Amino acid sequence: MHHIYCPYCEEMREEEEYSYTGEAHIERPKDPASIADEAWGDYLFFRANPRGIHHEMWYHAAGCRRYFNATRDTHSYQIHETYKMGELPAVTAPTKAALVADKAKATPAKTKAKPKTKAKVTPEEQQGDAS
Amino acid sequence: MASIIKIPIALQRIPSGHTMKKYSGFSLFKHSLSHHENWQAVWRSPQPKKQYDVIIVGGGGHGLATAYYLAKVHGITNVAVLEKGYLGGGNTARNTTIVRSNYLWDEASKLYDHSLDLWKDLSQDLNYNVMFSQRGVLNLGHNLQDMRDIERRVNANRLNGIDGVVLNTAEVKKIVPVINDSQDIRYPVLGASWQATGGVARHDAVAWGFARGADSFGVDLIQQCEVTDIIKEDGAVVGVQTTQGFIGAKKVACVTAGNSGVMAAMVGLRLPIESRPLQALVSEPVKPIIDTVIMSNAVHAYVSQSDKGDLVIGAGTDSYNGYGQRGSFNVVEHTLSAICELFPMLSRVRMNRAWGGVVDTCPDACPILSKTSVKGLYFNCGWGTGGFKATPGSGHVFAHTLAHDEPHPLAAPFSLDRFNTGHLIDEHGAAGVAH
Repeated sequence: MHHIYCPYCEEMREEEEYSYTGEAHIERPKDPASIADEAWGDYLFFRANPRGIHHEMWYHAAGCRRYFNATRDTHSYQIHETYKMGELPAVTAPTKAALVADKAKATPAKTKAKPKTKAKVTPEEQQGDAS
Repeated sequence: MASIIKIPIALQRIPSGHTMKKYSGFSLFKHSLSHHENWQAVWRSPQPKKQYDVIIVGGGGHGLATAYYLAKVHGITNVAVLEKGYLGGGNTARNTTIVRSNYLWDEASKLYDHSLDLWKDLSQDLNYNVMFSQRGVLNLGHNLQDMRDIERRVNANRLNGIDGVVLNTAEVKKIVPVINDSQDIRYPVLGASWQATGGVARHDAVAWGFARGADSFGVDLIQQCEVTDIIKEDGAVVGVQTTQGFIGAKKVACVTAGNSGVMAAMVGLRLPIESRPLQALVSEPVKPIIDTVIMSNAVHAYVSQSDKGDLVIGAGTDSYNGYGQRGSFNVVEHTLSAICELFPMLSRVRMNRAWGGVVDTCPDACPILSKTSVKGLYFNCGWGTGGFKATPGSGHVFAHTLAHDEPHPLAAPFSLDRFNTGHLIDEHGAAGVAH
């Protein structure tokens, strides 16, 4: 089970207090009526779904009832950071070119992320305990 | 080796790779004389060729079934199945083996019923015992709305020629004597839908049977071969880069379940799919107590009993995306509390093992069997939490899509563009596990 740091409550809380609400930073088209079906479908349904670094929204349903963002590794389940709505992530995935170079060397893709700056927790606490 | 002349189906069992020896009572007796030490390998382990007609990425049940029907029905045998781990080691080995076809909408129920038809003769067709057992499937209702939905779904099933009846509490109790029929519990059993033709099959045997069948036609099954990139030229696929080097093909079919998004990203595509861990667990073996399959969407529990006595229990998906092949404790706790309420006698049964598989959930709980905007690239994915039951049907219709570059009529409604046209097929009610 994850322990997740809520950037509004400024506390670590258990996963069950939260609801997951999907990929972050997806902007709703300004004028849905004027765009093509394809663009609207892409907005509604199509997702990056990466294996690795993922920016996603969580809702603190049993807490402050506010939405915030998290950067989480979908393979290791490590939460690198959580940040408020409207802010940008400090940790991002390596580019595709870097990944391809990594793969060509047949080494596992490593996260070239800088240490997190926002979440005020120790690495032990961040580790999702989902095994 | 692609056949140029149309060969009758009956003769197509003549393998181009090696001669598959049939299993029979006689062969069992014969091999017993040599202490069962001289059985033929179930499939070859060939080195990949430089070029194939079709490459199937993913050696799970669906991928192997696709290869088998591609060779058997369409005579396309210059095919490779590339598997990064071992055959049938992903979700094929991790599901709860339930087979049924009682879906609500015409499109989905026809696809799943096509699969159920293939299940009936699959052991004979493959000459491999997949232990398909039509022991019936119950979908429980716990409130008035559940029962209304069940009546609607059963009526829709019957109109589509799928067997189904609505049962009340007493009739459920008659089929499952160990169920708690008290009306004083939090989620009382008010009734159920009953599909008598549903049941279970041996999941590993399905993968192995299709693998052996495909191999007998000359399909190359290449394990420990991870696809690291899909190579395209001028908007068309030319092959894949793998951990065993480049392998060329004009047609590449991704049948990679939870990893479909990773495959799509290799050519810059996005899919309407989110990958989540889905959990299951088995108990210690106990004496026979449950001879059918019991599912409940509302309290989120489903259970059947395997032939060796383990209770096979399905839990839910984690709420968040994950590729970890493990799930959260709170999901297991939720499911087991539901099991204990439905079956109080199981409260002290110990669980032996729990595991997770990465399922590819789609917004409408229906699969994607589709061409893509990249010429020669096909996807068979999005089966989410319920792909096992569809294994033969999925392979059968997807092989048609690959062979003709046009979708099989049953697969046509499941194209990728339904998410842009809006023709979704909402099967959340019948899919069993909440997405």
